[in-house]
Amino acid sequence: MSNSLYGPLADPSADAGYPDGHPPRVGFFTDTSVCIGCKACEVACKEWNALPADGAHHDQPDLLDLTGMSYDNTGALGASTYRHVAFIEQTVPRRESPTVDLGMPAPPEGRGDPTEVRWLMSSDVCKHCTHAACLDVCPTGALIRTEHGTVLVQDDICNGCGYCIPACPYGVIDQRKGPKELGGGGAFKCTMCQDRLGAGLQPACATACPTESIQFGPLDELRERADARLATLHEHGVPEARLYGHDPDDGVGGDGAFFLLLDEPEVYGLPPDPVVTTRDLPSMWRHAAVAALTVAATVAASFVGGRR
Amino acid sequence: MVPDAEFTSYYGRPIIKSPTWKVPDVPLYLYLGGAAGTSASLAALADLTGRPALRIVGRYTALGGALVSVGALVHDLGRPTRFLNMLRVIKPTSPLSVGSWILSPFGTLAGIAAASELTGLLPGIGRLAGVGAGLVGPAMTTYTAVLLANTAVPAWHEGYQELPFLFAGSAMAAGGGFGLLATGDVTPARRVAVAGAALELTATAVLERRIGFARKAYTTGRPGMLLKVARAATVAGAAAAVAGGVLGGRRGRLAGIAAGVLLNAGSAATRFGVFDAGMVSAKDPAYTVVPQRERMAAREAAAEREV
Ligand code: SF4
Ligand code: SF4
Repeated sequence: MSNSLYGPLADPSADAGYPDGHPPRVGFFTDTSVCIGCKACEVACKEWNALPADGAHHDQPDLLDLTGMSYDNTGALGASTYRHVAFIEQTVPRRESPTVDLGMPAPPEGRGDPTEVRWLMSSDVCKHCTHAACLDVCPTGALIRTEHGTVLVQDDICNGCGYCIPACPYGVIDQRKGPKELGGGGAFKCTMCQDRLGAGLQPACATACPTESIQFGPLDELRERADARLATLHEHGVPEARLYGHDPDDGVGGDGAFFLLLDEPEVYGLPPDPVVTTRDLPSMWRHAAVAALTVAATVAASFVGGRR
Repeated sequence: MVPDAEFTSYYGRPIIKSPTWKVPDVPLYLYLGGAAGTSASLAALADLTGRPALRIVGRYTALGGALVSVGALVHDLGRPTRFLNMLRVIKPTSPLSVGSWILSPFGTLAGIAAASELTGLLPGIGRLAGVGAGLVGPAMTTYTAVLLANTAVPAWHEGYQELPFLFAGSAMAAGGGFGLLATGDVTPARRVAVAGAALELTATAVLERRIGFARKAYTTGRPGMLLKVARAATVAGAAAAVAGGVLGGRRGRLAGIAAGVLLNAGSAATRFGVFDAGMVSAKDPAYTVVPQRERMAAREAAAEREV
């Protein structure tokens, strides 16, 4: 049980009690450098998981809700949105691509707009953390670690206490609004298509992605692939490429779903240095115990001495 | 409102999700749970030392507080009919699970003690239950601090060392304050109330000094105002409690009642303020990004020094 709350953990499923021979830990490697922003992942996810509609602000099912955030009218991950494609428009210095000499008079140097617009697109998802705060704090046991190493809500157990929601350092899981029949009141998030994994299929989003921006597979393999891809991009003059969530030494013990980004994480709405809150829980309990003993001692001491 | 600090975000959207916990349900649960915990301990010792008036007030406050706490907790659930799922497992990593296992026996024991008080039946069992509730009482006053702190909400998490003491103080001020409403010898309640007020004020001051960037959530806007009101009421209440002891007699009792009301107002305002500070810090991405960036910069600087 060492490193159960924090630090690198080779096999979270084994830590959760699955016997030897359980399936390997799987995950997503989302390579945003090839994302074209088609939102096929969002659509495939909604369809496969039969998710109800939700507006860009997630509390009213208003299909016409416009955010004014580039092409992103989804807004954020939520209880009925397990994949969210972020769109960022940036004005950056223009990169000159080598021109083909056609023998025409060259345009005058140093004129025109020295900037250009760069698009960043990234399909966000639950990180299926190695140390998942949502799972740690769930009081009912509705949130579990699966045999595949992913994190899953059992809807028939969840009582909607809402604790998992502020516990998640990435702002992924949320409470579904709306009628009971559609799951209203319960907490929902990406299941990594648990129902497809069992049948040997890939999650719907990875299957639908036309550019292989979303890659699914055993986590070890994905990490190797990501390192290779990063090296290639650095070679090809994309020094801003970086991996996010791949490192087992990070604050959550590494993500089951990690990313290749082209800018700082917070630009995409991701926390730059997330830490699982339960890392500090032993210390919290110690402080609470000392504080409770302070109360007990104060009350007891206040009865000392005679009465008037 | 975005604090003035250099940081980037995704269209100013929050990074973490705000708690779906409702007001007044949850702050009320924090306040009354604390008041009930202290009251049960006071009642148990009042019983054992022969202070019937203090025992009666304490037992009723303990039960009332526990009942409203449970009610608020259940009302706050997205699926209230499944509230018993809280007792499906025992999970030390979930303060809400631990809390449910503290609150349920506490409520049951406080209920037995109060029922025996009301009916006059089975005084022996009432005393036993009352002592049991009194032993669990202190845990009632501080587990809720861990409940808030064990989240990604910056203003709560960053304050995890101070919040248990802040809540303990607030709970003693409230429970002692209820005790001051009793007739007869209320000296122990007075001492608990004044000590609680002092602990609450000290812990708040330490928290605001130590917490770093999230200080702003506690000192400005609505939470800042609530906490200012709380501080004023707590100081005035503690002063009135001391005055009541000095004056004695009818005027002393009146001062004690005023103290009880003020201290409870202060305790409640503290819980609403702390709750609100967390909400503010959850909605603004700066509270998540800036401290994390500072942490990364400090780490890099340390690594460079080592080279
Ligand atoms: S990203 Fe959030 S919701 Fe997903 S596993 Fe981690 S803590 Fe849970
Ligand atoms: S991840 Fe793939 S499917 Fe999703 S938007 Fe990008 S390219 Fe399209």
